[in-house]
Amino acid sequence: MRLIVCLLSLVISNSLWAADGKLLATPGISQIEGAAGGGFVPWAQLAGYGSRDEISGNIFCSRGNTDNYHLNVCGAQLGLYDRVELSLAHQQFHVDALDLNIEQRVLGAKVRLYGDIVYSRWPQVSVGVQHKQLDDPLVANLLGADDDSGVDLYVAASKLHLGAIAGYNWFWNITARSTDANQTGLLGFGSADGGSQREWVLEASTAIMLSRHLAIGVEYRQKPDNLGPQEDDWQNIFVAWFPNKYISLTAAYLDMGDIVGAKSQRGSYFSVTGYF
Amino acid sequence: MRLLLLSALMLLSACAANQTKTTLYDDLGGAPGIDAIVENFIQGIASDPQIFPYFADSNVTRFREKITEHFCHISDGPCLYTGDNMVDIHVGMDIIENHFNRTVDLLYEAMEQANIAHRTQNQLIARLAPLREEIIYR
Repeated sequence: MRLIVCLLSLVISNSLWAADGKLLATPGISQIEGAAGGGFVPWAQLAGYGSRDEISGNIFCSRGNTDNYHLNVCGAQLGLYDRVELSLAHQQFHVDALDLNIEQRVLGAKVRLYGDIVYSRWPQVSVGVQHKQLDDPLVANLLGADDDSGVDLYVAASKLHLGAIAGYNWFWNITARSTDANQTGLLGFGSADGGSQREWVLEASTAIMLSRHLAIGVEYRQKPDNLGPQEDDWQNIFVAWFPNKYISLTAAYLDMGDIVGAKSQRGSYFSVTGYF
Repeated sequence: MRLLLLSALMLLSACAANQTKTTLYDDLGGAPGIDAIVENFIQGIASDPQIFPYFADSNVTRFREKITEHFCHISDGPCLYTGDNMVDIHVGMDIIENHFNRTVDLLYEAMEQANIAHRTQNQLIARLAPLREEIIYR
């Protein structure tokens, strides 16, 4: 109840002190590993509405549900002068079949190298790192993973094209990620047989802004496939609502493919980010 | 056969003639539309405590005249912009990124109040956006 009251106050508020130097919706939302992005994909934008003269802080929580799994994530981001983003996320992944939670902590950093997604001639480009640590390596070990912690590196490019598609603003982001994480690290890193097995994977998002407050889009995240049970690429369709510069609400339909033998995991996703 | 070709050609040329190209200026509602946008924009600036100080010493009549010309010109309307260049106008104002975007918001709202379609709003913003480098941190 208290959470609902807090959220409501963010939706209707217009007098909070908060960084507000970017155009509405342009920082994006929060992805499951804590970076500013879509739902699955870290984007080149830095978290929050802080412009190059401002610091911004954000908090977020997300929940994804499929037939056999449930993911809860909460985290926070700090944006420094639209140059550096620091993030922290805690993931709790419930496996119905085992009735247990796998927990993972992700520390992230992102640096903007070039550009502004709205105004620069070329896309905004950032590089980022995500350090992941499982609380308990039990399941990862059972499935034959090599390690219980790992580091992802990525480079992301994004652009918002004003009035580009029949007058609507069009956004796209492409990310290349070097990773050895199994199911984003929740099932460990690499494989005991093959070692680290680090590889580059591609991730992409695109969205249309139906108004200044409403975006609809799709995402794709390529995944490694290091373990015995097949790991599939992920996709989603999302709707994000930005009533103001203090909050965003996102709903999505997920298609996560097979996850450890459980066939075609599909389901819903809901995410909220508060921007300060 | 020849008749068929001829009529097809006539049909095509008729189509081509019918496609009178509408400009962004037309979509903005022509002169009255732009006047309404500019009036709302000036009201928005005047009531914004962060943006108004930049305009405190401005001549409102001249600002109204020149920005109307500018919007008309940049949207392919029948006007010529006769004001100073963007750098000369903004040098010494030291406009920060935040305040630039805030002013973009005010212009969006001014168009909203003038009942300009969202898709048309984006197109005027798109044409003005490249000027940002000549405006901020001068």
